Amino acid sequence: MSTQAAPWPRTVAAQTKVEVLLTLRRGESLLLTLGIPVVLLAFFSLVDVLPTGVDDPVDFLAPGVLALAVMSTSMVGVGIATGFERQYGVLKRLGATALGRPALLAAKTAAVAVVEAVQVVVLVGVGLALGWDPGSGWGQALGAAVLGTVAFAGLGLLMAGTLRAEMTLAAANGLYLVLLLLGGFVLPIEELPGWLQPVARALPSGALSDLLHAAVGTGASRPEAWLVLGAWAVAAPAAAALTFRWE
Amino acid sequence: MRKAIEVDGLTVRYGEVTAVDRLSFDAPAGEVTVLLGPNGAGKTSTLEVLEGYRRPTEGRVRVLGLDPVADGRALRPRIGVMLQQGGVYPGIRAGEAVRLFAAYVDDPLDPDAVLARVGLADRASRPWRQLSGGEQQRLSLALALVSRPEVAFLDEPTAGVDVSGRQLVRAVIRELAADGTCVLLTTHELDEAERLADRVVIIDHGRLVAEGPLPELLQGGADELRFAAQPGLDVAELAVVLGAPVHEREPGEYVVAAAATPQAVAALTAWLAERDVTLGDLRAGRQRLEDVFLRLTERPAP
Repeated sequence: MSTQAAPWPRTVAAQTKVEVLLTLRRGESLLLTLGIPVVLLAFFSLVDVLPTGVDDPVDFLAPGVLALAVMSTSMVGVGIATGFERQYGVLKRLGATALGRPALLAAKTAAVAVVEAVQVVVLVGVGLALGWDPGSGWGQALGAAVLGTVAFAGLGLLMAGTLRAEMTLAAANGLYLVLLLLGGFVLPIEELPGWLQPVARALPSGALSDLLHAAVGTGASRPEAWLVLGAWAVAAPAAAALTFRWE
Repeated sequence: MRKAIEVDGLTVRYGEVTAVDRLSFDAPAGEVTVLLGPNGAGKTSTLEVLEGYRRPTEGRVRVLGLDPVADGRALRPRIGVMLQQGGVYPGIRAGEAVRLFAAYVDDPLDPDAVLARVGLADRASRPWRQLSGGEQQRLSLALALVSRPEVAFLDEPTAGVDVSGRQLVRAVIRELAADGTCVLLTTHELDEAERLADRVVIIDHGRLVAEGPLPELLQGGADELRFAAQPGLDVAELAVVLGAPVHEREPGEYVVAAAATPQAVAALTAWLAERDVTLGDLRAGRQRLEDVFLRLTERPAP
């Protein structure tokens, strides 16, 4: 009588629980996923200095900050955590257990979904308290968030699987800062110099924020953003899968 | 006895470098087999092939009759692994880690009991990165055995562990084997091998040097008498007196190719007495593993 792997749901549940716990325990990760978005949303809604182009800045900021929250969790959070797990041999060690890569991937995905759900509850709550009128495009918003998560997690894993952990840390945070400015999260893309606008809209950040602004904000509908984000959601994970080094 | 591990003509190359060179050995269930060799001998490469991390360049390995890569899914629930270092989430608490690894299999040991067994009951709520090096090693051991493995691969399990910790680790490993697990562990420390091994597989430069049950290896080369004295003794003359070849293996270290009979020992000490030479060390009969190791891995002087 030999040992069998535990049933899939039990393994994935146990792994997800640990992944969520470890994420919530990292102070710097909480600051990035909740602290910064909440502060940006509240501060610039109350202090109307940004050229948001709408009557009530919260109607622009709330969808933008939701998009930012998706990017911070899936790209920066996943990228940095995975980079260090690779460096510390965690991924190698897990590879020799009954867990298996599909279950690990499922657990990590579920953990991202849990953290994003917490972000949505908090940010939507803050937004509504500040007078946000989201409209009724929640279905579209959910679709865009899922695509955005896949695209940004792909980028995070692309860095984590090829760079040293410290480089991933620097690159993910650097990219976060650049995309924070270029992504249409808190500054409308229309405010960027003319030559930069097509670049910003070709990036997953611009596509995701355009889609969320259109779905639960006041932005114009841009169907081509679905194509841009969809392409990133295919290309980034594919590139990560092709280049990922487990040790 | 059932062979839990079979290694047959294993060769591992990294580009031009040959890490393991046509290595063959078996390891049975219920025993501790020690893969012994100096750093860079190919021990970890051998383990990594058996654990399914890399494919053999040539040759064939079987663990519990399975191919570690092709049959990995079936094999992984049945093995326990301890990497040379790391392998654990830096922020996970000791108790959480053991419970997590227990959740991977259908019939694990009680996580709290395992934690207590490796002496970490009072560290259950401490994160990995705050454990000392020795405590991290013991937690790694707990993670390797909580799934009741049939085969345990332990890479340098006592490295960095203090003296009392080592005794604990050795006791746990002996128990594991006594319960029927095939334990394959690596070390470059002869002491450790001598204390733990039922069987020893000695490798050097990726090649098998000697393999067998520990008592047999220690008996091998019994027709040898070793002694230490001042360097530069006239070995040719001594060889005539003893009627057996003598050579100075290292300055002041002599080997006589003769059985350690009372006559031979008496003749040797008499010859030394005539020349007023102090005898530093005399060893015969049962050797220490260190002697076997040095004899087997000895290379011609440059």
